[in-house]
Amino acid sequence: MPRTSRKSSEAEFRSTTQEDLKRHDAGLLLGLYRDMVRTRALDNRIEALYKQGKLVAGCYSSRGQEGLSVGSTAALRKDDVIGPMIRNLGSMLRHGIPMTMVLRNYLGRANGPTKGRDGSSHFGSLEHNVIAPISMLASLIPVMCGVALSFQMRKEDRVALTWIGDGGSNVGDFHEGLNFAGVLKLPFVLILENNQYAYSTPIEYQTAAKDFACRAQGYGIPSAKVEGNDTLAVYEVTREAVERARGGAGPTLIEARTMRMRGHAIHDDAKYVPQEMFDEWEKKDPIATFAERLRKAKILDDKVAKRIDVEVKEELEQQTEDALAQPPADPAHEIDEVYAP
Amino acid sequence: MSEITYLEAIREGMREEMLRDGNVFCIGEDIGTYGGAFRVTAGFLQEFGRPRILDTPLSESAILGASVGAAIMGLRPVAEMQFADFVANGFNMLVNFAAKAHYRWGAKVPMVVRLPSGGGTRGGPFHATNPEAWFARVPGLKVVVPATVRDAKGLIKSAIRDDNPVLYFEHKYLYRRLKDTLEGEVLTPIGKARVAREGLHVSLVTYGSMVYHGMNVAEELAREGVEVEVIDLRSLVPLDEEAILESVRKTSRVVVCHEDTKTGGFGGEIAARIAEKAFEHLDAPVRRVAAKDTPVPHAPQLEDAFAPQPADIKRAILETVAY
Ligand SMILES: Cc1ncc(C[n+]2csc(CCOP(=O)(O)OP(=O)(O)O)c2C)c(N)n1
Ligand SMILES: [Mg+2]
Repeated sequence: MPRTSRKSSEAEFRSTTQEDLKRHDAGLLLGLYRDMVRTRALDNRIEALYKQGKLVAGCYSSRGQEGLSVGSTAALRKDDVIGPMIRNLGSMLRHGIPMTMVLRNYLGRANGPTKGRDGSSHFGSLEHNVIAPISMLASLIPVMCGVALSFQMRKEDRVALTWIGDGGSNVGDFHEGLNFAGVLKLPFVLILENNQYAYSTPIEYQTAAKDFACRAQGYGIPSAKVEGNDTLAVYEVTREAVERARGGAGPTLIEARTMRMRGHAIHDDAKYVPQEMFDEWEKKDPIATFAERLRKAKILDDKVAKRIDVEVKEELEQQTEDALAQPPADPAHEIDEVYAP
Repeated sequence: MSEITYLEAIREGMREEMLRDGNVFCIGEDIGTYGGAFRVTAGFLQEFGRPRILDTPLSESAILGASVGAAIMGLRPVAEMQFADFVANGFNMLVNFAAKAHYRWGAKVPMVVRLPSGGGTRGGPFHATNPEAWFARVPGLKVVVPATVRDAKGLIKSAIRDDNPVLYFEHKYLYRRLKDTLEGEVLTPIGKARVAREGLHVSLVTYGSMVYHGMNVAEELAREGVEVEVIDLRSLVPLDEEAILESVRKTSRVVVCHEDTKTGGFGGEIAARIAEKAFEHLDAPVRRVAAKDTPVPHAPQLEDAFAPQPADIKRAILETVAY
């Protein structure tokens, strides 16, 4: 089937200029860059561990979508609660989850966050204000509405944020959740990551609508569209939504346009994706393009880039070593903790 | 002390817990302004206001999902399904999200789901089912089924205080039929069965509405010289296996009875446990009395043919005693 990577017109998706970039604090911008580099480094490491046979189950890469995760999460306070999905590794790192925690979970270690009971990045940590997803796509949306409801009931000015794919957005829970959030004006933000595919299925087979953002109208809530690979634009758009939510003005649906640069999971060679699409999106790689912009603005140079690379490498090595040193899951505890005491 | 109904006991239990703990709140369809389809939460909106009494859009999955999220954050939602049957629309939230959270990542989900269930009210295929067995086999969920006014109150209070997702099956046929006088603090421990009636000749292991019918049958049989021991399970998960086995060891004969359909019903689990753990005490095969394996039909003639009737319980008991 002939494919283009979008249906809506270019102009509708918000992006940022160099002028916009200069309005932001260099510390914030370098932080975004650094967290994207960390995310890709960890993503690459997970893939490598899989190829070495050290990981047994599915590896889901978020390559090419790091900016979306990092930029949106950067718009939050640390006490806001996120519900990361499988391609939001960058959100977990940005919100304070240490790399070893992710790796211990992938490696099924006894003292990982799920003690080997669940794999990949499927875990949560209340200490870090992170709720674990379940595999059933869109289920997190009503659950994060409940998190937002708890803020509203306790009169806390916190916000709940989660993500959903172009495919997952067609599950009933997406609609029940957004409608519920709209009626109750919950402090909730939903980011729809339109990465053109759901496993092998292109967006044309997911919806007859011209885009995903238009759905917000049906729930009486505002929406926004953003270039998902423009990390700064994602940050800005999310920030506006977060501030609205924090101020009591209710939820927002944000559609971010991006591209899944790998197969669905590591077993999938994604032969069904036209090569031109990969080529086109490779040019829009969020890390490379952001680095380029930072260099133009004289915020990043070879020296700083090198320093960040070295620091990230050190962190990755140390954290991987730590994770690999942990004991394997213990069958003696297989039956434990099904119930809270 | 005045008499209250089973339905009022649920209301009283919820109200006491709402007053005791500011984290408890009610969520569901038509529970506020209208007081719930069966008026269980009547007066709550006036007393506690919105959002503690939260009328929601008609979205079972969102109601249960939001309950899960709020519970993870430390609130104690009591979600009402307008009829137990509609829990099918929110099934995933319970069996995948709520049930697995603690095991997977240590998150407590202290929520209660109230499920007005059961027949005898001519509700038909979508307003009269007993879906407890769908959930009793899911590790991580607790399942309680009150059969008396006292336990209606005692179990809702314990369910609200429990740190796990608890499914509370309240029987519509019992709502206004059962009356009792309750004094003092009423708390029924979850996981403890009750000997509703002592007897020497045969054990009737049952729960929910069948306790009511079983007790009537037992009284009738006592006049004919057959002493039936009635075990009211009260809680299916966790199951008080010891209470069942103790009764079996005493009487050596068992009839298991529930209003739910037979195949895959919870009675099969009870029979299997007895076979595994008390086979040598048995003087007769374990018999099951349950509904026919069909959807719940609407017309009175059909529903009565479908659901286990007192005469069916009586016949099964007599056959078991005569074996
Ligand atoms: C309700 C549900 N159905 C099916 C699946 C199996 N599944 C896992 S991921 C996936 C594709 C998801 O696509 P999308 O939502 O676009 O997210 P992406 O993988 O592109 O990030 C499918 C079909 C699932 N996890 N949940
Ligand atoms: Mg997708």
